[in-house]
Amino acid sequence: MGEIKFLQGNEACALGAMRAGLRFFGGYPITPSSEIAEQCARLLPCSGGRFIQMEDEIASIASIIGASLAGSKSMTATSGPGFSLMQEALGYGIMAEIPFVVVNVMRGGPSTGHPTGPSQGDIMQARWGTHGDHPVIALYPESVPETYYEIIRAFNLAERFRQPVIFLMDEILGKMNESVEIKDDISVFEREKIQSRDGRYRPYAMKDDIPLTANYGEGLRFHVTGLFHDETGFPDVSGENIQKNMDRMYRKIENNIEELQKWEESGADNPEILLVSAGTQARSAKMACQELNSRGISAAVFRPVTVWPFPEKRLSALAARSKKVLVVEMNKGQLADECRKFISDEKLIPVNQLNSEMISPDEIIRQVEGVL
Amino acid sequence: MFDYAEYLRLDKLPHIWCYGCGNGIILKGAIRAIDKMGWEKDSVMAVSGIGCSSRATGYLDFNSLHTLHGRAIPFATGIKMAKPELNVIVFTGDGDATAIGGNHFIHAARRNINLTVILFNNNIYGMTGGQYSPTTPKGYFASTAPYGHIDPSFDIVELALGAGATFVARSTVANPREMEKVIHEGLKNKGFSLIEVVSNCHERFGKRNKMKSPYEMIEWIRSRSVSKVKAESMEAEEREGKIITGIFRQETRPEYVETYDELVLKKARGGI
Amino acid sequence: MAGKKEFLIKINLDFCKACGLCYSYCPTKAIGPDKEFRASVVDADKCIGCLQCENYCPDFAIEIEEIK
Repeated sequence: MGEIKFLQGNEACALGAMRAGLRFFGGYPITPSSEIAEQCARLLPCSGGRFIQMEDEIASIASIIGASLAGSKSMTATSGPGFSLMQEALGYGIMAEIPFVVVNVMRGGPSTGHPTGPSQGDIMQARWGTHGDHPVIALYPESVPETYYEIIRAFNLAERFRQPVIFLMDEILGKMNESVEIKDDISVFEREKIQSRDGRYRPYAMKDDIPLTANYGEGLRFHVTGLFHDETGFPDVSGENIQKNMDRMYRKIENNIEELQKWEESGADNPEILLVSAGTQARSAKMACQELNSRGISAAVFRPVTVWPFPEKRLSALAARSKKVLVVEMNKGQLADECRKFISDEKLIPVNQLNSEMISPDEIIRQVEGVL
Repeated sequence: MFDYAEYLRLDKLPHIWCYGCGNGIILKGAIRAIDKMGWEKDSVMAVSGIGCSSRATGYLDFNSLHTLHGRAIPFATGIKMAKPELNVIVFTGDGDATAIGGNHFIHAARRNINLTVILFNNNIYGMTGGQYSPTTPKGYFASTAPYGHIDPSFDIVELALGAGATFVARSTVANPREMEKVIHEGLKNKGFSLIEVVSNCHERFGKRNKMKSPYEMIEWIRSRSVSKVKAESMEAEEREGKIITGIFRQETRPEYVETYDELVLKKARGGI
Repeated sequence: MAGKKEFLIKINLDFCKACGLCYSYCPTKAIGPDKEFRASVVDADKCIGCLQCENYCPDFAIEIEEIK
């Protein structure tokens, strides 16, 4: 058994990132995420990494993209308003296929909203916040221990797929403390050292749809741009090239969907009532489910851990066998809207609350009783 | 004979800039200055934002990064923090660095991080069609100032000085040799260096302001240029509208990443 | 004149955009415009190797080489 630590969610996020090999953090203070920056400022230099507090969130994400291109595993952490400011550069990361992790500890929005209140209002901003069509990877843990391990997975996926990973947390998760067992045996994905085979290095030559981009300063001079580009990294905005690369960028995710997706199912097999919920809210849903099961009601919880790409296939199969699907979330129904693509309106019941409190197990049970 | 080809991605030429565009004159001056540094090409990192100036990086046979509008300096900051051994040069413009990227510009100067910023100041947004920039002179015309421009303009040198840059210089495309010299001095500085080079955009700025040809515009720049030494003996009124050239600051102050390593890394490794 | 340096004026018409800066700044008029206003050699003997044309050419289209 590994060491047991009693950690705050934000602290677990920073410690997990360090364990994943974090070398650079650029950030800007914002509630309720600031402890992540504070922990990184303390921990990074201990292992030879570097930390910088930039002048704003735009600069923060730009700095981590630069650092990642120069070979350092990089991260920033923010909350709603800061996440909004980061959207353009997030798109740059997707377009130029650069690995890094952006943590968004969700708070009440829009605008300054409620800085110290939880929310799940950025589920769709994580998916579609930056402009243009693009694939997205976003993870959302439910507990402090899961935060520690999922942030490691976030780095591994970012590096493996050369894609920014959005790491969603919420105010409850960021600020609460729980015990975490720090295991000794954790796998960490390391960037491959890229070598030029023929002296004409092409940074966007692909291997299984993933670019073989080197780090700057390791002997291969190359160009990176946010414009559509060809294998050489130089702009090519021909329709043919744009279509080809868009298809490939989506394929990179779709062909690896099993590796990317992760979810948890709990409660009854073949349930009549299926509760769908993510993050800390899912813990309330699981509690409600246990109570419903003890009352003899066939209920289960489906919790996406990888929120994007959404685990549509599995949820669709489960929903087909259920009578009602209640999507429980601290927003106006963002996951429910996604579920509407494959679950009929008769079956789908959004359960939403925007009063800065998690939806309680009692309230979920009340909602279930109402549809039985 | 100077071998420009050594530093160019020749297959990307001719470049996209208009005929007679001063950006090409600056690019050449920068290449000559970089050559004097004797750096390995692999050790040079050219970073740019968005705009005409920022296309420079694509032509240079270094590590190159074409980033987002206004954000070249923070991208470069991350690169420098991750790999301080790289010689990082930022190619930017008046709009890129002092409008959308103004905040990043002053904060990088304040930190004294070792970046050399070569700022192509053509007094206009060229790529988008000639809208006024923070350095468009008052009274001149731009596509978004059809009745004449009313904004006071930034003095980029004063901005950099105020923000704490340790090397600050201004030159113009009317004087390519002097420009090369000050860029070289800037490259030598271990800290944040700003070299503003006033450039001609006869296409988007000149044509709206009775200067149709590149020659006319470069001569207009020359006619307004005054050396720092000469300007010092001029009355404030006389200096109005003049382009004062020369080196305004050249001093030593601890560099940011070195300071981080000296103070933070050492302390952290010694235990908190 | 003994010891007078001679120069080769190398013009790359693929890069020349006919801006006219080189011949506008040539102090001896060793170069001038061709029919399409591109750079052309008028009289190479007049070239004094001052590099004005090379330094002002934004297009890497003209280079001056000293003939040894």
